[in-house]
Amino acid sequence: MGAGRPFSSSDRNTGFMSTASSSFIDRRTVVDWLGVAPFMIFALMFLIVPTFYLVVGAFFTPEGTLTFKNIADLFTPTILSAYWISIKVSFASSLGGAIIGFALAWAIVLGGLPSWIRSSLLTFSGVASNFAGVPLAFAFIATLGRTGLVTVFMRDWFGFNLYSTGFNLLSFVGLTLTYMFFQIPLMVLILTPALDGLKKEWREASEILGASTWQYWRMVAMPILWPSLLGTSLLLFANAFGAIATAYALTGSSLNIVPILLYAQIRGDVLHNPNLGYALALGMIVITGASNVLYIWLRMRAERWQK
Amino acid sequence: MKMTKFFAWLAIAVGVIYFFVPLLGTFEFSLRMRRGEYSFDAYGSVFSDAAFRATFGFSMLMALLTIIFGMLLIVPTAYWVRLRVPQMRPVMEFITLMPLVIPAIVIVFGYLRLYNSSSYIPFTGSTFGTNVLLVMSYITLSLPYMYRSVDTAMRTIDVRTLTEAAEILGAKWPTILFRCIFPNVMSGVLSGAFITFAIVMGEFTMAALLNRPAFGPYLQLVGANKAYEPSALAVIAFAITWLSMGLLQLVSRFSKMAPSRA
Repeated sequence: MGAGRPFSSSDRNTGFMSTASSSFIDRRTVVDWLGVAPFMIFALMFLIVPTFYLVVGAFFTPEGTLTFKNIADLFTPTILSAYWISIKVSFASSLGGAIIGFALAWAIVLGGLPSWIRSSLLTFSGVASNFAGVPLAFAFIATLGRTGLVTVFMRDWFGFNLYSTGFNLLSFVGLTLTYMFFQIPLMVLILTPALDGLKKEWREASEILGASTWQYWRMVAMPILWPSLLGTSLLLFANAFGAIATAYALTGSSLNIVPILLYAQIRGDVLHNPNLGYALALGMIVITGASNVLYIWLRMRAERWQK
Repeated sequence: MKMTKFFAWLAIAVGVIYFFVPLLGTFEFSLRMRRGEYSFDAYGSVFSDAAFRATFGFSMLMALLTIIFGMLLIVPTAYWVRLRVPQMRPVMEFITLMPLVIPAIVIVFGYLRLYNSSSYIPFTGSTFGTNVLLVMSYITLSLPYMYRSVDTAMRTIDVRTLTEAAEILGAKWPTILFRCIFPNVMSGVLSGAFITFAIVMGEFTMAALLNRPAFGPYLQLVGANKAYEPSALAVIAFAITWLSMGLLQLVSRFSKMAPSRA
């Protein structure tokens, strides 16, 4: 691919050919673009226009006049607190996912463990990162709910009542703990190749030059890894921010997070202003969009070292 | 060195506890339906529920349609972009990443506003239309996975040479597409299909907001009303995910072993 392309469209559109036999060339160009038309129409109809519709709607009143009131109304206590809880849960679960995921990836790549652990952990991560939604909530209710395995086990064997400590699965802590079940595996899957990319020679060179393990990590490995680490954390953040099924099955509508508020708004206009719902959606796109843009940028930086 | 190994084992131990206790807890809870002893009653109750069979079948059908129509859309497009309009590749990458950026609930919100029964294209006006919209929404959700796996598979074959060879032998474009290109990217198509299957089977947001009787909303309903059945369903859902991912691994391992014929 690349250099030897006989008919790239840029050749065709420049030079005397385009004037000499323009009708033939135009037809080829048209056919070229017609080939991607079905996909573009699909993307426009089912992805771009629906999103765009909400984004534009956020700046209008239901009667159709331009306004910034919807955006301003986002800064009311209920909505603000929903965003704040969402951001807290997403941040905590991505941080926890990043730390534990990094430790696991480090253990299988550099920990000198038997190779079957590596392959089984990677296979399991592939499964667990896709095990989200409603069933995940059931799993955690069966484990840490009021009659869950761990709760009952602690009560019967240690006389320790988990719920008397103020712990509640249907809360910020519980939701964070549950989200980590798909966050950690995602981190493992993305970070393992990055850790594989740390060349043995770098470590040997730094040891020969007298560096301690700590110095090696701080001055060689971490500067290379941090874009992957931070970038993946941002991806996890966006991942948690948009998730609804787990939270909805776990807490019903008792925990006020943005996706659940939006769900209630779509179902029954709880905010009593359809265009405020658009603004709520716009806020979600801005937050997940910003973290994804940063992720892509950091990933491009990280890939410089993975060639 | 000893320390490294110790910490490595410690990390694995923490991971194993965190991941296996919930799975164990779910399984144990699903056996507790009969008082005082373990039994598979909850599973019996789930399987004999007519709504379970209906919603499970509905989601299976939706997953199948999503895979078929998704692949019919994506494979020719990916092929065409590689062959004729390579300058579109960054645009394709961008569009196929968008469903990961825009939350599913926002996308479906847009559908409900744009395609309601009083609009120009009233998808949600009829049951059939809503089902079509649901399949389209699932194709949108699985775009990132399907496109990437197909595009990766296409990288290993020389699309241009294959096409030219087929053209010289007198093949028309349906022959080229379905007898040269599709079989050569089958590993990519299958990996994309398995991950799509896993996504669609448990999907909740789209189906719930479009009011379709899919497996995801059924799970949520059971969770809100029953005690032991949800755990049994979670075990079943985990088994489905495990199965699709296991098949995916099998396919990718198989395609790695078979040398590229291109």
